[in-house]
Amino acid sequence: MNKITREKGQFKVVGTRVKRPDGIDKVTGRAQYGADLVVPGMLTGAILRSPHAHATINSIDTSEALALPGVKAVVTRADFAALDDDEMIDIADNCLARDKVLYHGHAVAGVAAKDAQTARKALKLIKVDYTPLPHVTDVDAAMKPGAPVVQSGRQEENVQPEHSENVTGYCEFGHGDVEAGFAKADHIIERDFKTAAAHQGYIEPHACLASMTNDGKADLWCCTQGQFNVRSLCSAILDMEASQLRVTASEIGGGFGGKTTVFIEPVALALSRKSGRPVKIVMTRDEVFRATGPTVSSSSTVKIGMTKDGRITAAHAKFRYQGGAFPCATYSFGAQAAFAAYDLEAVKSEGWNALTNRPKEAAYRAPGAPMAIYAVESVVDELTQHFGLDPLEVRLKNAARENTKAAYGPTFDQIGLVATLEAAQKHPHYSAPLGENQGRGVSCGFWFNFGGNTCVTMNLNDDGTVGITEGNPDIGGSRASISMMAAEELGIPYSDVRTIIADTSSLGHNDVTDGSRVTFAVGLATIEAARDAIRKMCGRVAKIWGIDEDAVIWEDGYAKPSGPNAGDFEPMSIKEIAAISSNTGGPIAGHYEVNADGAGVSFGVHLADVEVDPETGYTQVIRYTVFQDAGKAVHPDYVEGQMQGGAVQGIGWALNEEYIYGEDGVLQNAGFLDYRVPVASDLPEIDTVILEIPNPGHPYGVRGVGETSIVPPLAALSNAVSRAAGVRLHELPMSPPKILKAITDRG
Amino acid sequence: MVTVTLWGSLRDAAEGETEVTVEARNFKELLDALSARYPGLTPQIERGVSLALDGRIYREAWFTEIGPESEVVLMPYMKGG
Repeated sequence: MNKITREKGQFKVVGTRVKRPDGIDKVTGRAQYGADLVVPGMLTGAILRSPHAHATINSIDTSEALALPGVKAVVTRADFAALDDDEMIDIADNCLARDKVLYHGHAVAGVAAKDAQTARKALKLIKVDYTPLPHVTDVDAAMKPGAPVVQSGRQEENVQPEHSENVTGYCEFGHGDVEAGFAKADHIIERDFKTAAAHQGYIEPHACLASMTNDGKADLWCCTQGQFNVRSLCSAILDMEASQLRVTASEIGGGFGGKTTVFIEPVALALSRKSGRPVKIVMTRDEVFRATGPTVSSSSTVKIGMTKDGRITAAHAKFRYQGGAFPCATYSFGAQAAFAAYDLEAVKSEGWNALTNRPKEAAYRAPGAPMAIYAVESVVDELTQHFGLDPLEVRLKNAARENTKAAYGPTFDQIGLVATLEAAQKHPHYSAPLGENQGRGVSCGFWFNFGGNTCVTMNLNDDGTVGITEGNPDIGGSRASISMMAAEELGIPYSDVRTIIADTSSLGHNDVTDGSRVTFAVGLATIEAARDAIRKMCGRVAKIWGIDEDAVIWEDGYAKPSGPNAGDFEPMSIKEIAAISSNTGGPIAGHYEVNADGAGVSFGVHLADVEVDPETGYTQVIRYTVFQDAGKAVHPDYVEGQMQGGAVQGIGWALNEEYIYGEDGVLQNAGFLDYRVPVASDLPEIDTVILEIPNPGHPYGVRGVGETSIVPPLAALSNAVSRAAGVRLHELPMSPPKILKAITDRG
Repeated sequence: MVTVTLWGSLRDAAEGETEVTVEARNFKELLDALSARYPGLTPQIERGVSLALDGRIYREAWFTEIGPESEVVLMPYMKGG
């Protein structure tokens, strides 16, 4: 169903580059992040973590720690509620280990003390008796029969018996006769790939402050992508009524999916319950790397057949992901997304998840898609090189369009892939000359996007300005974009609207800020809440004028008679209506709640130029352009920021970032010195081109934009490096030693 | 009657088919009908599924109406970052 009510040329606020409402607070240090809250009587919490990659916990003796002066409480997994849902048990077990520690750094116990020094001293006094077990950290090794079993009994019903017990899930997607398709190909390439686990790399470590009173009421302040989800998880783990736990989201210093669950929050609440005092826990960077979620690492095999004129005849991919010590579904997103950019007659995409002795995977922008599409786009690129074809022409020839049956099942409606490919083809970047040791890479990217549960309230203030209350932390500029959509619908200036993020006791449930859903779903709910308020304002004015409600219309911030037959009345502004609201029936508010559907899928195309130093293997990105379909770009600055940010994270993943484990199963690079994310001096200006193909599922045509941009860089960089260095790597990251070895091996 | 496309690895739970036809007017009726007719699908349905209806992805929306001509595709429950 087409829900579009306002199109290009009809916008006055949407599409402009207004000032961001959080700018001053953030640049002056006034913004309150997770670790910034301080309250009287507060204790400091600390976590004891496993020194083993895999071990049985025989006993935990906390008596000496509790006897240390200044220690107010110690908690273990026994202080959590008994749970019966597997997913909830996994989350609780990850916050505090139950019978086994499953990875190095796994939390075992929590301490609350008068200060950090005492808390750290107490941790050393907790006696844990372990029996070390064999461990496994590599996905291929974990899948083999005979591998150390991380958790027993977690296999889903359709996993093939030839795999080890670590393989928890299997999926298969596709259509058509793949073998018949391969028979039509002029050339077939099959390659194996590996990608490393990469951390979301948010600047702000996890932090929270929990305060529970003796009557069981609790307040929790934390940095999170979803305060309502934190409430759901913590109230279950602590066996509390949700109504008695109020969660307030702080400002957030990055999340990218990594703050969509809980780690320290239930521990802080349990410590506060035991001690009767507020407890603050702030993770160190080392803890963030060791014990919060990186994304999955992968091993994959991709086989694609192509005719000599560039038509793909068949494709078959196998994706093997590990998401740490607990089952996860990320493999299925990768298997579904892998071939989304292509219109294929015959395609098969399979995925497996395996348990390893690594931290529990957390979502990371377009979870599962970047590594799958990296492998597919690498093979497509190698085929274009084999036939001497233009990479963009080949992608256009095979591109998914409206009415294409996607490899994951549904038929696409209005999508923007062809528009992004054509924009890339026409852009000066694509035809710019390259120098010695330089190469250009191309890749498509895709993400599903979705909507979800959303609740918004709009309050009309007595001076005619407007307050919007929404329930999703502002990660990528949502306070600005939500205010803009409210102003647009009401016909008032952006400066008259202020959007705030509600705590969990102030608004109905809102899903986590994920899936690129907020600008789409909260925007949709805001527009509907504004329409609700407009109906009420028109009703009040109708009463004043003594005419029917449907004889009053709303235009540009004014209630007006709908036509000459309605009567001759002077239009009333929103300010005039607000000023007399107590006379006409009381406060005026609009509200809307929805499980939003209609989020349109998103495609992007990236062009990357690199220069590879043949003597060191070092890769310098020298030019980079992102083309992405944003639907309607509500605030273009933020859209461009999302496109640039995703590209930079993808560049880091392609060139440098990786979790490195030793033989002992210990992470060897748990810090930003050894886990190197790209910084500004590593990068060129990331150029952006926003395509605006309206999403029919949103009143203004908005699509989510937050995730797609991290998908193409992996293959774009790999394809560029292969053309610059004359060798193709099949493993990420393409760090200088790996590239140098490939160059040296070639001779 | 509604024709539902299942993903390939659910084939074994649906008598070898990836396209099945059931009586349903909305998402909830569809899931109930699938579970009743193919009990092997119940574990996956209980773990969570999404529904693509005419190309649009829905999560949890029980009462989303399904027309007789609608394209209905069952998908794993979607999450994002």
